[in-house]
Amino acid sequence: MTSATAVENPGRKVQAQIGTPMFAALATGVAVLFYVALALIGNEYLYFSGYVVLQFVVMATAWNILGGYCGYVNFGSAAFFAMGAYSTVCIYSIGTEYARSGVGKILGAIPPPVLVPLLIAFAGIIAGLVGLGMGYLTLRLRGVFFSIATLALSVVLQTLVVNWDFVGGSRGAYVIRPNEFPLLPGGFIAYLFVLMLLLVVVALTLARGIERSRLGFGFTAIRDDELAAEAAGVPTLRLKLIATTVSGALMGMAGASFPYYIGYLQPNSAFGLEYAVNAIAMPMVGGTQSWVGPLVGALLLGSFQQWATVTISSVLNLLIVGLVLIFFVIVAPNGIVGLVREWRRKRVLRKAVRP
Amino acid sequence: MIELYANAVVSGLLLGGFYAAVTLGIAIAFGMLDVVNIAHPAFVILGSYVAYICNARFGLDPILVGLLVLPLFYYLGQAIYQISYLSFERKGSDSLRGLAFFFGLLFVTEVLLILVFGVDYRYVEAWYIGPTLRLGPIDLPLRMLVPCVLSLVLFALLQLFLSRTFTGRAIAAVSQDPTALRLLAINPVRIKRIGFGLSIATAALAGAFLIIIQPVEPSVGREYIGRIFAICVLGGMGSLPGTLIGALLLGVVESLTTTYFGPSWSPAVGFGLLLATLAFRPAGLLGR
Repeated sequence: MTSATAVENPGRKVQAQIGTPMFAALATGVAVLFYVALALIGNEYLYFSGYVVLQFVVMATAWNILGGYCGYVNFGSAAFFAMGAYSTVCIYSIGTEYARSGVGKILGAIPPPVLVPLLIAFAGIIAGLVGLGMGYLTLRLRGVFFSIATLALSVVLQTLVVNWDFVGGSRGAYVIRPNEFPLLPGGFIAYLFVLMLLLVVVALTLARGIERSRLGFGFTAIRDDELAAEAAGVPTLRLKLIATTVSGALMGMAGASFPYYIGYLQPNSAFGLEYAVNAIAMPMVGGTQSWVGPLVGALLLGSFQQWATVTISSVLNLLIVGLVLIFFVIVAPNGIVGLVREWRRKRVLRKAVRP
Repeated sequence: MIELYANAVVSGLLLGGFYAAVTLGIAIAFGMLDVVNIAHPAFVILGSYVAYICNARFGLDPILVGLLVLPLFYYLGQAIYQISYLSFERKGSDSLRGLAFFFGLLFVTEVLLILVFGVDYRYVEAWYIGPTLRLGPIDLPLRMLVPCVLSLVLFALLQLFLSRTFTGRAIAAVSQDPTALRLLAINPVRIKRIGFGLSIATAALAGAFLIIIQPVEPSVGREYIGRIFAICVLGGMGSLPGTLIGALLLGVVESLTTTYFGPSWSPAVGFGLLLATLAFRPAGLLGR
């Protein structure tokens, strides 16, 4: 039903001319401008809160690759995020616990600025593999089972982590963030911010690239009518597995630098329900049909929460996010992007009637 | 040693009886009506808190409270189904929105409870919470026995209702063939509304049982999501006897896990069972 509106959308034509490499360059440019603007303001707090908002942009985009494009709901975003965070803690603990032995020495020799990107890549691999495994077990059945399994996945992974003393168990684990980072003003936190900004560019480029590739058309076919897609020769299971893997990997990557950001990682903070709810609410509020939706939703809801946590209370702002989610699901199922498109379409129609 | 395991099995069966009551609502909503109400545990916790308030304020027996608020939960369920029907089902929109809606409900209920009651554990007081019945070497704590027996009674009543009465049979049939129901001059939407009302009503009692068995805080419900869906799938969708068997099985396996490896591992059991069922026998034990 949305494809019909997209065809009549005048803005779409201009957009379609921009290729993926060009888009990546443009997104990088915007990201650089964004960073320069923050650096000029020079307030360290902006990096702290900006990091969280960007992290949610990645989470929302990742969720949308599976949820919005394929129509498979992942409730376990927190699990994938925490998987990324805990893979970092695990490697970090190997570095500190076995500092004398071979592996520890190698890890200890890598300076943190080099280590963190490696950790992000590693987390992406781990979370992607878990996504693949989960998908393989549950995606052959009705989509609902996948959703339920992801919902339970958080509980189980949390149980594992709580019982695993090496990564801190229920007490939590310290990960020491170096204060200094010579290349950027703002120190190490600014570096983490820049890494997250890069990840945002990667995630958005990937999402947009998928959207306009054969892969994306396959995803859309699955979402609209899986049986028909299967009958038309779309390799549905393989495409779904690709989607869960990519989506899971991105979520893991979003979580990988979190221990460095927070300094002290507890199971409760890594598996917080706010990741699961935000990863769903943000695309739903923004609109699930294109890469713009999660971005808009995450920027709006994410910034709102950064503001509300400070001014109101963190529990109350979660309540608001939940209510906003329900409101949008019922009233504006295509999100803000859908509302804007509808409005634009009507305007074009009106012009066509009265030239 | 044998005594230890005999006790573990018995307490597992008692626990399983209670799990059956918690799963009952999902067995109806998910198994029969095809409404994926992942918010069900949140309503169970809501039932627990209602029992807690009435117990703490007026000294009412939690089970009595559970029975008294049954109608309230029934109409709450009807209202929720009506909203869900008007906004998603009628428009034939994808399951994604329905899932997101119930997820939102789950989340909002939990956060509201946190806002009102905080994250402290709450418990109730009643005469059957302390004492234990001893049958030779086997311990039967009344705290577990009473909810288990009452769950089984509730189970039997609902099974009778669903298999003997006209409305009950219509509920069991509605998601299979709504058109056939229409031809019999039954409104499928009304039947589904009643069914969903019943499903939420069982949460009132299940909540009362839960807070008798263990102290409750708002996020306890999350542990039950994996459990109840595991039971529901394991037993076979839409089959109440299957659900009961699944619940008892999970109770025993969890109880043995607790005895073997310690209580911190028990939340993982349900999920393991769920994944195993989905991988090897997706139709469940007594599935169609």
